[in-house]
Amino acid sequence: MTAYHTILPEQVTTWVRAGRTTQFPVGAGATIKVGDRQIAVFYFHRTDRWYACQNLCPHKLENVLGRGLTGEQDGVPKVACPLHKRTFSLETGANLNGDCPPLAVYPVTIRDGEVFVGIDD
Amino acid sequence: MQHIVVIGNGMVGHKFCDLFSRHPRRGEFRLSVFGEEGRPAYDRVHLSAYFTDRDADKLTLAPRAWYAEHGMELRTGERVTAIDTGQRRLQTARGESYPYDYLVLATGSAPFVPPVPGCDREGVFVYRTIEDLDAILDYAERIRHRTGARCAVMGGGLLGLEAAKATLDMGLATDVIEFAPRLMPRQLDDEGGATLRGSLEKLGLSVHLSRSTTAIGGNGCISHLEFADGSRLDADMLIISAGIRPRDELARAAGIEVGPRGGILADAHMRTSAADVFVIGEAALYREMIYGLVAPGYEMARVALGTIMADADCGCMPDAIDLSTKLKLIGTDVASFGDCFPETGTARSITFHDEAAGVYKRINISPDGKRLLGGILVGDAADYNMLHQIYRNGMALPPQPEDLILGARGGGGDAGAGVLDLPDAAVICSCENITKGRLCGALDAGEADSVKGLVACTGAGTGCGGCKPILSDLVDNYMKARGKVVRNTICEHFDYTRQELRDLVVLKGIGSYDAALDELGRGGGCEVCKPVLAGIFATVTAETANPQAVIQDTNDRFLANIQRNGTYSVVPRVPGGEITPEKLIAIGAVAKKYRLYTKITGGQRIDLFGARLDQLPPIWEELIAAGFESGHAYGKSLRTVKSCVGSTWCRYGMDDSVSFAIEIEERYKGLRSPHKLKGGVSGCIRECAEARGKDFGLIAVEEGYNLYVCGNGGARPRHAELLAGPVDRQTAVRYLDRFLMFYLRTAGPLVRTAKWLEGLEGGIAYLRSVVVDDALGLADELEREMQGLVEGYRCEWREAVETPELRARFRPFVNTEETEELEFVPLREQQMPKPW
Repeated sequence: MTAYHTILPEQVTTWVRAGRTTQFPVGAGATIKVGDRQIAVFYFHRTDRWYACQNLCPHKLENVLGRGLTGEQDGVPKVACPLHKRTFSLETGANLNGDCPPLAVYPVTIRDGEVFVGIDD
Repeated sequence: MQHIVVIGNGMVGHKFCDLFSRHPRRGEFRLSVFGEEGRPAYDRVHLSAYFTDRDADKLTLAPRAWYAEHGMELRTGERVTAIDTGQRRLQTARGESYPYDYLVLATGSAPFVPPVPGCDREGVFVYRTIEDLDAILDYAERIRHRTGARCAVMGGGLLGLEAAKATLDMGLATDVIEFAPRLMPRQLDDEGGATLRGSLEKLGLSVHLSRSTTAIGGNGCISHLEFADGSRLDADMLIISAGIRPRDELARAAGIEVGPRGGILADAHMRTSAADVFVIGEAALYREMIYGLVAPGYEMARVALGTIMADADCGCMPDAIDLSTKLKLIGTDVASFGDCFPETGTARSITFHDEAAGVYKRINISPDGKRLLGGILVGDAADYNMLHQIYRNGMALPPQPEDLILGARGGGGDAGAGVLDLPDAAVICSCENITKGRLCGALDAGEADSVKGLVACTGAGTGCGGCKPILSDLVDNYMKARGKVVRNTICEHFDYTRQELRDLVVLKGIGSYDAALDELGRGGGCEVCKPVLAGIFATVTAETANPQAVIQDTNDRFLANIQRNGTYSVVPRVPGGEITPEKLIAIGAVAKKYRLYTKITGGQRIDLFGARLDQLPPIWEELIAAGFESGHAYGKSLRTVKSCVGSTWCRYGMDDSVSFAIEIEERYKGLRSPHKLKGGVSGCIRECAEARGKDFGLIAVEEGYNLYVCGNGGARPRHAELLAGPVDRQTAVRYLDRFLMFYLRTAGPLVRTAKWLEGLEGGIAYLRSVVVDDALGLADELEREMQGLVEGYRCEWREAVETPELRARFRPFVNTEETEELEFVPLREQQMPKPW
């Protein structure tokens, strides 16, 4: 858990290339590896927005969030963990239906059909 | 400050404390409670639940701390031995003496044990306290392993039948012995008793009527019973449930007046013959009767407290106590209300009897046809709440009173609608004495808008819970009457029920989730509505989980079951549980190659655990090459059709159950549904396939198959009910087509068949009318739709491994070829995920 902390756009020092936009599923997520860390990247096609968060679910510490169903609750984009359906805001990382610690979330930017995730190492 | 002392901490004694704790003038009194049992009061009405989990805490009415929090003194395990009504003092077994200003006797009753020689033998029990149940469970465990172990239950009343069900569930052959010529003689007439007997015998209970036990035989422990007619019955244990006797010994010794056959005499304010001494519950003799039901006991507690507190509106006990009851006995509804057996000439009776379905209904109406006097319902008590209210409130009967039990024919009758016609004074929850007026007041004031809300703000339904259905009718009809429709809509994105959404998808020809969201929904969708729509598309066009993988529930998206450490388990289909040695070897070879943990499942197949996401496609390539297909173990879909070995090998088999199970599993494989679906086929009534524990089950009998539906195991086990039979195989499949399609069309999301049936107005009889009698004229359409789904079947794993773009989703990381690093630890020559 200590390996993950939320990065705000102004804190980004490195933009990691995650892949071409076409390599990511439409309306769901996929996972990338950054060193030892796993980061889940989501594309919300209905709003044309990209999000990224730690792949590790803080509930049971398994690397599974990238395989979760995505959705929206009162306008907040979210992901549901495939193991126990904990849901997390992809904007703030907050657990929306329980008292899990928040996820680390990361900025995402698209340049020339490529997806980049912002980190601070 | 005046001191109230309550002797007895049972349900009624506790109710007195509960009412006291909420009384506005409780501050002027001090209250102490003496309980003989070691634990605080518990729920004896639901005592038999203890047999399932042995969890005494679940039955506790209020923890010890509750008494302290409310300033009451609870002294359990302390028996009161004497009362001095002159000095107003009582003495306990510990030799201590306490004063009182008001004394409330809530001493309850003790089981009646007939004076039969041998009733002190080992293995003879009564059925009253948690300690009794513990002793029964321990003893049953000891004798269970004897071949042909039998338990006898003396007494075919409510408690006896509950005890019999429990011992039957423990795996003991069980005999019920009743002195009277019918079961539940106080509640049922001959025909009702016979109907109940038929249903119980179908479940394997043996019933012996008109038997008077003369001796309990055995050498040390019980071995048999002897009867007055000279017959005998082997028994390894005996539970006596032959009625109750009021605990009046304390009052009797104190010179308080008791009845000639026991019971402490009470007036309409529950006062005894001694000044400021009251009696409530089963110890009380009121109007020459002892009342073994909880509702009159609660009413007594209310009246006694009101009298002590000198409440202006305290009222007194009614002249006639309502002894109406409704209960579920071993899965069979039984209810009686009002005057069940009127004398000839004082009433007109209308009866309805369906022997095959085990349903018997009788209503007694006044000779002028204007009022309902009472009645009996066996096998289907759905009408009970309404009938009971009509009876209690003396409401006018419809011109054709038979409609009350036969259902209105040829007109949009709505069974629950009448609840709004009840007078405001009608008591809906008799345990808590809550009227319709109070409930509607809460709804009017906006204090509640649901059953849950009503329960929270009024306390209705917190006693026996029997009024919950009528509360639900009340809320539904109240809302409807105000133009508010109560519907279980999917989520914030779709304001429709699953059935409505499915109808709209069909009607508008919607083919994708996005189109559904555009045309019928709002917002961005979520993890709830996505799988619901995925399931709907699957039941309309047989779409597999591949074309719209991202809206599938996680397991369907990756066509495997995600397990604890994020790995998956793989279950190939093994129809009917029949598998060749070659295929077993093929599964073994795959498991060995990928180091998968293997385990036999409950559905007669083999589960391979521990596959990484990226390993799923190669594993399936190998399985498909060996002739396997997806087992859909990950989906809300048909899982397995379990079979026993049947007549090809078994010397008892009536038919080749394996072939039939394979035929059915092949027919419905891949079928997606609101929840998982399991089936079973047994070759004879020994039922080795446990078909009645499935959503649909077929059991071979002499003339064909009996078709049972809507059973399940799991958290709330339920036996499937007989839908039709005996029928031939072809007819069974047609009925199954109709049944399954009707369920697929109308059930809510994640509602299994058993729960669906519970919510279906008219229950199994209605389902039978749709499936067997084709009352809705839908049979052809349902069969046609099912045929379309059957023909639309494709193995979705074959689809996934053969199509490169579908295979991409099994790649663990987009930006590297690396695979996941997972940690396993050894376990009995296999491996398991490293614990958290």
